[in-house]
Amino acid sequence: MNNPILVDVLVIGAGPAGLAAAIAAKKAGVDNMIILEREDQPGGILRQCIHNGFGLHRFKEELTGPEYAQRDIDTAREMNLDIRTGVTVLSVSEDKVVTAVSRENGLQQFKAKAIVLAMGCRERPRGALAIPGARCAGIYSAGTAQKFVNLEGYMPGRKVVILGSGDIGLIMARRMTLQGAKVLACVELMPYSSGLNRNIVQCLQDYDIPLYLSHTVIDIHGKDRLTGVTVAKVDENRKPIPGTEMEFDCDTLLLSVGLIPENELSAGAGVELSPITSGAVVSDTLETSVPGVFACGNVLHVHDLVDHVSNESFRAGEMAARYAKGERRTGREIVVKDGAGVRGVVPQKLLMTEEKTTVDLMFRPDRVYRDHYLTVYADGKAISSVKKMILTPGEMVVQPLNEKLLTACENAKEISVSITAEKAQI
Amino acid sequence: MYDVLIIGAGVIGCAVARKLSHYQGKIAVLERAEDVADGASKANSGIVHAGFDAKPGTRKAYYNVKGAKMYAQVAKELGVPYNPVGALVLAFSEEDRATIEKLYEQGIKNGVDGLEIIERDEILKLEPNTNPDVVCALNVKTSAVVSPYEMTLALSYHAAQNGVEFIFDAPVESVRYENENWHVKTPKGEFEARAIVNCAGVGSGEIHNMISDKPLNIIPRRGEYYLLDHTVKCPFSRTMFQCPSKMGKGVLVSPTAHGNALLGPSAEEVEDAYNTDTTRYGLDFVFDKCRLTWPKVNTRPVITTFAGVRAHPDTDDFLIGEVSGAPEGAFEAAGIESPGLSAAPAIGEELGEMVAEHLKLPDTRMFKKAVPLLKPFAGMTSEERAEACKQDPEYGRIVCRCEVVTEAEIRDAIRRPVGARSIDGVKRRTRAGMGRCQGGFCSPRVLEILVEELKCDPTDVTKSGGASNLLVGTLSDIAKEARGHE
Repeated sequence: MNNPILVDVLVIGAGPAGLAAAIAAKKAGVDNMIILEREDQPGGILRQCIHNGFGLHRFKEELTGPEYAQRDIDTAREMNLDIRTGVTVLSVSEDKVVTAVSRENGLQQFKAKAIVLAMGCRERPRGALAIPGARCAGIYSAGTAQKFVNLEGYMPGRKVVILGSGDIGLIMARRMTLQGAKVLACVELMPYSSGLNRNIVQCLQDYDIPLYLSHTVIDIHGKDRLTGVTVAKVDENRKPIPGTEMEFDCDTLLLSVGLIPENELSAGAGVELSPITSGAVVSDTLETSVPGVFACGNVLHVHDLVDHVSNESFRAGEMAARYAKGERRTGREIVVKDGAGVRGVVPQKLLMTEEKTTVDLMFRPDRVYRDHYLTVYADGKAISSVKKMILTPGEMVVQPLNEKLLTACENAKEISVSITAEKAQI
Repeated sequence: MYDVLIIGAGVIGCAVARKLSHYQGKIAVLERAEDVADGASKANSGIVHAGFDAKPGTRKAYYNVKGAKMYAQVAKELGVPYNPVGALVLAFSEEDRATIEKLYEQGIKNGVDGLEIIERDEILKLEPNTNPDVVCALNVKTSAVVSPYEMTLALSYHAAQNGVEFIFDAPVESVRYENENWHVKTPKGEFEARAIVNCAGVGSGEIHNMISDKPLNIIPRRGEYYLLDHTVKCPFSRTMFQCPSKMGKGVLVSPTAHGNALLGPSAEEVEDAYNTDTTRYGLDFVFDKCRLTWPKVNTRPVITTFAGVRAHPDTDDFLIGEVSGAPEGAFEAAGIESPGLSAAPAIGEELGEMVAEHLKLPDTRMFKKAVPLLKPFAGMTSEERAEACKQDPEYGRIVCRCEVVTEAEIRDAIRRPVGARSIDGVKRRTRAGMGRCQGGFCSPRVLEILVEELKCDPTDVTKSGGASNLLVGTLSDIAKEARGHE
């Protein structure tokens, strides 16, 4: 193999996260940068998300997925960013050597001063749920079905049951209905949906598709192609309750049962991963445990809104650029922990430096809470407590730590965020 | 007119076909499914048993021991993943110890090498994740694991390279003996041959009874499995058996030839020989039983569950040779349950020879060595990868991310003799879709490649033949259809 290609910043993935990171890195003054994308076009999963609702926060307007992606792609083109498509990264090493392969250039190596990991996530498959029954055709993850419908122009089925109420499943319930399929039910194991409330309303309720909470698929029927599924109610331990079985005649089962950050490359580079988010453990600069390797977007933790992904990735890109230019931040480290009711706070640590720009703490509640308080503690002492009407696992909670709060925890060893029934005394 | 028709393209049928391809003759394999290894050959434990388990003097014992001794060589010749990992049979009581001692003696009588009984401390040293309640174990150094469907595929490739014809989607409807020849009727037409060989697995009883006036009863016995992701290291480096029971060898935990952990099987008699559904109770049974071997049993990294149906003969032993109670020219390998995979090379060798001798087929000098299979991109060094990309740029396109399978390998799997014609066919030949996302990312692309290579419509592509089509129509087809209903 030839000598590695030297770059200041290497971005892996040209989905919304990679594009935003690259744009921010360029703005921060990095010229020698390459973005590697395995698909033939940039844009990532947004390319197949042809529904609207993207960009309300960032652009203050409702865009489709491809439109949202196109804005960043256009910006990237204007900036002359070097996006290389059809290139799959095979490995990332701890010393930031990236090996990739493509049809045009075969096997190539890059050596980067800083790397931004922006590989996104993948869907949990049926196997991971170990649903018993037939292993016939007609069972798809919702995203795979979305790709067949929106990018290939083919329908994977006519009569559909959806297991899981993740956003892609909800979106596909509406999409397949509009396209002439009959969606019989959306079945959710938990007593609440894992999708956005607006999608429950706009994709199920508006089309009279029943949502069965605390239900699951317990058997799958069919020889060659799916012919039906058995659904049952579950108890509080999520065990099926005998006698509650319902049969659905369908030729398609879509699974929308969770997303998993795709971190095989990160693990190979020695990046420490969180068992809760399945993403990297990062500091407030989105730097991982490997110096100079940053992570953002769904590879870091699964987001609800792409607007949040872009925001996070701007910061990762800027910080990667500053790292590549030789800036090394020093300061005292504060650990950020999940408190009661909170799962997977990102970032997991803060570096206290002179610079006090607002840091967003992001996480998911572990269940639905109404009229509870989001309380931030510094070494066990409450420094902020704000009432929230509703907190649900389907929606990411963003708790900004502004200059005032950062100053309040200046001398703390540990910060935690909790969901509390009562307002905490500050 | 054929010299030989082999019924069934499982590991036995393909082994017989490969042996017969050493001779001059017109030979075909009729298979009910759309691909080889569609029955028990693709859904079993993948163990090459050493041969201590079968009763001395049985055909099971003879063919098992002989087959197991041939395996390393055959696997190497054919390029099939094979790993002599060894095995332990665990005893958890003094009663079990008696069984272990019996197995030891049986093994010696059957001619198995490398057997010894080891005690608790040594077991825990060899396999630290074993249940510490273990008392002793039979250490079986000659036990191995093999990829059973890749073994079957490789046998079929080699047979095809030497002129054997494979006819798929051809379930046998009837067999009759007329004018000293056999006539086999299938939906693909009627075939005539001087000899037939029944290697029909769970269907071997049905075929036998079409040929012979001495009935044979094959009891379909289903076994369910869990397969764990190979990114999580298998807790054991050997195949870990429990003491066998009347229903078989019991539940095992074993690394596969590809390094995944495999848990199973259950054993349950089923009505339908082709019912490979998994069940809650079957999977729960496996999980519970595994706990005895592996107390910290963990199915969190499970990537799939599956089931296979084994052909349990009421005679309790393999039927191999000329079919009794039938006119001449009828041969069979019927009731081949475990250790059938282990016995396959030996059955293929001997049964093939019997058929060839019966027909006096000339021993051809033209027999070609197996064309080496492509080395998987995933297993290549960087230098080999760079070189492969130079030779064929399609290596530069990764289709399956989880298992790192390239477009070059997928196209080869479709183009080769006995090539893939479905998504599962591609999967078994290349591993595309076998990883953590189970084809979520790659199946649309694999479908596209199948369309290009087979020059068919996307709606024609199936998961595994028959009516297992993945797509039901274009968007406008289905929209029109829906409007028609209103």
